[in-house]
Amino acid sequence: MSDLLAAAAGEIARRVSSRDVSAADMADAALARIAARDPAIGAFLTVTADLARERARAVDARITDGERLPLAGVPLAIKDNMCLAGTRTTCASRILENFIAPYTGTAVARLLDAGAIPLGKTNLDEFAMGSSCENSALGVTRNPYDLARVPGGSSGGAVASVAAGMASVSLGSDTGGSIREPAAFCNVVGMKPTYGRVSRYGLIAFASSLDQIGPIAANVDDAALVYDIMAGRDPFDATSSARPVEPCFGARRDDLRGVRVGVVREFDLAALEPGVRAAYETAYRDLEKLGAELVEVRLPTADYGVATYYLIAPAECSSNLARFDGMRYGLRVEGADVAATYEATRAAGFGDEVKRRILIGTHALSSGYYDAYYVRAQKARTLIAADFAKAFASCDAIACPSAASAAFTFNAKTDPVSMYLMDYYTIPMSLAGIPAISVPCGWAATDGGPQMPLGLQLCTPLFAERELFEIAGAYERATNHAARRAPSFGEVPA
Amino acid sequence: MASSEIDVAYVAQLARIALAPAEVERFGAQLGALLDFVAKLEELPIADVDATAQVIPAMDVARDDVVRPSWPRETVLANAPQRQGAYFRVPRIIGEA
Repeated sequence: MSDLLAAAAGEIARRVSSRDVSAADMADAALARIAARDPAIGAFLTVTADLARERARAVDARITDGERLPLAGVPLAIKDNMCLAGTRTTCASRILENFIAPYTGTAVARLLDAGAIPLGKTNLDEFAMGSSCENSALGVTRNPYDLARVPGGSSGGAVASVAAGMASVSLGSDTGGSIREPAAFCNVVGMKPTYGRVSRYGLIAFASSLDQIGPIAANVDDAALVYDIMAGRDPFDATSSARPVEPCFGARRDDLRGVRVGVVREFDLAALEPGVRAAYETAYRDLEKLGAELVEVRLPTADYGVATYYLIAPAECSSNLARFDGMRYGLRVEGADVAATYEATRAAGFGDEVKRRILIGTHALSSGYYDAYYVRAQKARTLIAADFAKAFASCDAIACPSAASAAFTFNAKTDPVSMYLMDYYTIPMSLAGIPAISVPCGWAATDGGPQMPLGLQLCTPLFAERELFEIAGAYERATNHAARRAPSFGEVPA
Repeated sequence: MASSEIDVAYVAQLARIALAPAEVERFGAQLGALLDFVAKLEELPIADVDATAQVIPAMDVARDDVVRPSWPRETVLANAPQRQGAYFRVPRIIGEA
């Protein structure tokens, strides 16, 4: 059974559907794996063992009744900013530490309905604000490839759960890189769909014009399988797109002949550490070997992405997080009057990074500053999106790093702006709303540490998910960097 | 763009977050540095550019007006920090006569 945990999600579903193995056995195997490995990793904030077993029995019963379920028995981990009915949903924040979700969000519900087994809720930077998972108020998550290093963030627990073989697939959320950067750090596949492609109903909002839910998996096919099930219009999310979903699972190309891959002139690899740079140069050559034509494209405003993002995202967060006032749910700290109660509740409930973002966002939206900051950033977003549109006139996809470095050690980035720059390569795609994926692409030793994984980011035009998965899949099968499993578990030949 | 000065105590009051004096100082320095960083947006030519609120504009999205059950009262009250019977118990917001 534990061998089957390492199989592709589609293979697990086939075996469970043919009653070769039961969903109940899959649940037990995954829970045993969590019990053995998660004490060292810390991916989970809550393990939903009873729910997993209950859902597994229900899946087995549905299969006995003749239903076909595309995720039958597939062990799923869920980032803890997505609601799962009856389960603690914390956002890794003191303010929601004891919040029990009253309902299940749409993306999660669709996966459970397809037969996935919910193992539990995974750690994140508080309210998904961070790039290392160090901003969690409720626990530490370690990188399975080197326990002295961060897993990346904010979906750190979700990627670590897959990287350590505890979950087959997981759900993350990505506002400026929160799926792609940690996926790169932990040698898994992480994908951010087009803005509006997956419903956010039940995702606790951070920055509503950017937030997107996406799949994290050990391989591109599994990510496509999960994506297909989640994608599509949801009446409970007015921003979800009504555009028909093109199925991506099973979309395959053997090579990249006829594909033009853009390499961004402004993303100068010379700025990276030599080992990291060499890995990306190899990745670009591997794309070429597959038959892709590399073309230089320009994104002159991409360099303004981080600055744009750190006005738009905090502004929206300051508005979204106003709801946490201690009245109807969450922490309440009593003060002398209602205003003092709000102030004491939010002071005790939010961590430093969340406070910083609420403060800068409140400032950017306040009278006298709104045009100078918020409106200017919204206009910068227009320019960035237009640059991508122009670049895609001469290429089918763009390739670039998923992060500026491999995973760093704990407490290595104490200055907020240096942490923000970790998302330099992922933020422009978020601002443009386009789909993007991180695929394992090699290894580099940084700051004298061990070899750590890197991710190649690929992105395509709006709603071109199918092309994105096809290109990523072809690259993955040709290079297979994900095959090297986390060394902490002795499964890799030295 | 405005100067990188930020009145953290004032903004914290708008945001309803109590800050200790040491936090006002620390956040002031950190947010000042961030505002210096974002000032680079002043270099962009934006005079004739429209603002983008979100890249996939959705206009007038409406659903069918179908009656459906709301959540049970107990579900809604289950996470209440304090309740009194069927109500949320909250601080007094109207002064005593």
